[in-house]
Amino acid sequence: MTTTTQQPKAPSNGTPSRAARVLADRRLPVLVTAGLFLVMYAIGLSRYQNYGFAETQVFLNLFIDNSYLLVAAVGATFVILSGGIDLSVGSVIGFTTMLTAWLVEKQGLPLVIVIPIALGVGAFGGYLMGYVIQNFEIQPFIVTLAGLFLFRGLCLVISKESISITDSSVSSMAQAQVSVGGGFLSIGAIVSLVVLAAAFYVLHYTRFGRRVYAIGGNEQSALLMGLPQGGTKIAVYTMSGFCSALAGLLFTLYIQSGDPLHATGLELDAIAAVVIGGTLLTGGSGYVVGTLFGVLVLGLIKSLIQFEGTLSSWWTKIATGVLLCAFILIQRTMTARRKT
Amino acid sequence: MAEPLPVLEMTGIVKEFPGVRALSGVDFRLFPGEIHALLGENGAGKSTLIKVLTGVYSLDGGTVTLNGTSVRFHSPSQAQQAGISTVYQEVNLCPNLSVAENIFIGREPTRFGRIQWKRLRREAAELVDRLGLDIDVEAPLSSYPLAVQQLVAIVRSVGTGDADGQGAGTKVLILDEPTSSLDRDEVLELFALMRRLKGEGVAILFVSHFLDQIYEVCDRMTVLRNGTLVGEHMVRDLDQVGLVQLMIGKALDQLEELHDHQLHADVGESLLKADGVGRTGGIAPFDLEIKKGEVIGLAGLLGSGRTELARLLFGADQPDTGKVTIGGKQVSMSAPNDAIAAGVAFCSENRKTEGLVPDLTVRENIILALQATRGWTRPIPVAQRDELVAKYIKALDIRPANPEARVGQLSGGNQQKVLLARWLITRPKLLILDEPTRGIDIGAKAEIQKLVVSLSEEGMAVLYIAAELEEVLRLSHTIGVLRDRKLVAQLANGPEITPTRILETIASGEHQ
Repeated sequence: MTTTTQQPKAPSNGTPSRAARVLADRRLPVLVTAGLFLVMYAIGLSRYQNYGFAETQVFLNLFIDNSYLLVAAVGATFVILSGGIDLSVGSVIGFTTMLTAWLVEKQGLPLVIVIPIALGVGAFGGYLMGYVIQNFEIQPFIVTLAGLFLFRGLCLVISKESISITDSSVSSMAQAQVSVGGGFLSIGAIVSLVVLAAAFYVLHYTRFGRRVYAIGGNEQSALLMGLPQGGTKIAVYTMSGFCSALAGLLFTLYIQSGDPLHATGLELDAIAAVVIGGTLLTGGSGYVVGTLFGVLVLGLIKSLIQFEGTLSSWWTKIATGVLLCAFILIQRTMTARRKT
Repeated sequence: MAEPLPVLEMTGIVKEFPGVRALSGVDFRLFPGEIHALLGENGAGKSTLIKVLTGVYSLDGGTVTLNGTSVRFHSPSQAQQAGISTVYQEVNLCPNLSVAENIFIGREPTRFGRIQWKRLRREAAELVDRLGLDIDVEAPLSSYPLAVQQLVAIVRSVGTGDADGQGAGTKVLILDEPTSSLDRDEVLELFALMRRLKGEGVAILFVSHFLDQIYEVCDRMTVLRNGTLVGEHMVRDLDQVGLVQLMIGKALDQLEELHDHQLHADVGESLLKADGVGRTGGIAPFDLEIKKGEVIGLAGLLGSGRTELARLLFGADQPDTGKVTIGGKQVSMSAPNDAIAAGVAFCSENRKTEGLVPDLTVRENIILALQATRGWTRPIPVAQRDELVAKYIKALDIRPANPEARVGQLSGGNQQKVLLARWLITRPKLLILDEPTRGIDIGAKAEIQKLVVSLSEEGMAVLYIAAELEEVLRLSHTIGVLRDRKLVAQLANGPEITPTRILETIASGEHQ
């Protein structure tokens, strides 16, 4: 008989210790981000209370001004949870603004027709990228990078100039206000919150959502457990494409124009929001609620810098960079602990 | 004894790969409520038979009957639906999900598409409870040690089809080397689970390299050799010696001879000296002298610093204290290149991740280290290279003896031999072998041990690390005992040194 490895060890099979469980709790990063948001908001309140920072509308504006980012980031959350990445987000948004503006202004089509077309094109683009990633086993980074160039290029096929939207149905929709406890939200903000709620339900209460987590946890295992891993992956990119197109529509509403250069690099903001929201870039761990806080934190940085007044808007980027770095380091230490 | 009908019967199974007949006319049957061992050396066809059964490979001949009806599986999921589940050596679960979810994912109970979490957790807890395990199903899988994860994998495979009442559950459970990374207590827990399942009428096919475990838990065994059936026996009718003879086709007294031989062998002059070499967080400073032709075995528990010691002597980790002299010259040991230049070779314990390049051919893998010592600007002449490779393939009996075969496709024992060949070809003065016999079958183990002895006869010094104390005792002239990352004793081997004595030294941690 082998006489090895009779190591003294913790009571086998026992429940892991309390401290270990708290550290290993996957909700911790979300709570950290939510805490950060509250601290930043409190700082804003104390510094700018005489300049109207405390008004409800300032808070609600965070949702209005970042509605498109939230939708795009929700799509990115699915992709990142599955262990992938989608770099085409910004380009798909840009393309959607162009397509929508062109269809509405130059072709005179009503929104009822334009919206499904735009969403369909985005979803189909995502599906194609997912199909290539899955069936040709190519890294998502490269495939979606190709998508980034492709959609940005297609913007210029539609028009080299920006197209401003004068259609009355668009502007009335853009200006519509839904009053919420002492302030108002735009239609875009409402849509983004609905998307968030739907994503939460899908991720936590459907088999599809759980498969996304499983694939992100260990793709090979998911395959061997008999899960339809290929279809799930394609669906994740389709969903990201759909969310990007929807974000593009919200962006069009917000800006009321189409421009080939709209939303350049927005995919990076979306990824930053997801990571700051506590989702692991390696996949399998994170919450879409975290993404909401990630978006709010990014939005709040912008607001704070606007309220400060003397700072250039480039400070937004610097703050985002610092935060991103800090959060990745926190994640790293947490996962390192979890392994031991 | 009246035998019930077999739940699974395979007759005349043939599987061919290009140029190789992996299985020729193998018969195999499995009865409900039995634990059946599938035995054979590496390359005997065990994995191939399992893969044919589970639908990973297609059949080239023969029939498979499950519960009296003829079946043919084209994918693992088809086999799974028919009630044949497999748990592999590596745990194929998602560490980021909870235990309950890992058990049920893919067949979660739903209502109108919404997962019923309460029901899922309750059913998982019931299942775990029924199988006599004490696991919190809501904790993430990663919070449990590997052994428990393996048990969860078994629970998952047993629970197949339970959730929605679809399917009849698992009838055949295949456990492919489940015990290779478990310690004794964990193995016992696994066995308890296996017996419980057997009591529920599940037929279990158990593959393990540990013969003691087979004798402990199995009822019946089927032995394969070179792709053919050697025999089917009740475990109680065949003793271990007889079994080993069946498996390798020859008696195994040779290993005993090795021991006697090593006890009486002489060693040469000093080759390597380590003075106070140590590394913070790795191993406490130690002194060690290795002589030419000497085999030094390292004994100690997992994590006692065996590998860390070896890595320092190879420069894979840099020592913070002490100095190493090889052949009278001090070597800086700041990188493996220094050690290689001084004639040290290191066979890593993780042959897959740190040693072999699975996508390269046998020839390329063998030639890698030799080419590295020459530098890439001076390729080895083709004729000389082919001759060297052919020589070592023959000397080590690497199968298949095809230098163009991809290493990833070889069995574990043969991969180990390729790794050995790589270093032997550089004619090292000191060969460090870290767990060279782990995960390979008994025949290949014996061959590798014989090789170590013949190398030491030729004057090569060997630092030998193995988890099995018997192996260390058999081969070593001197035994270094490690405990808590410290070299606590160096014992000269002799008739009075026994595994018990070594264990006492490990336990007391003192020179005796």
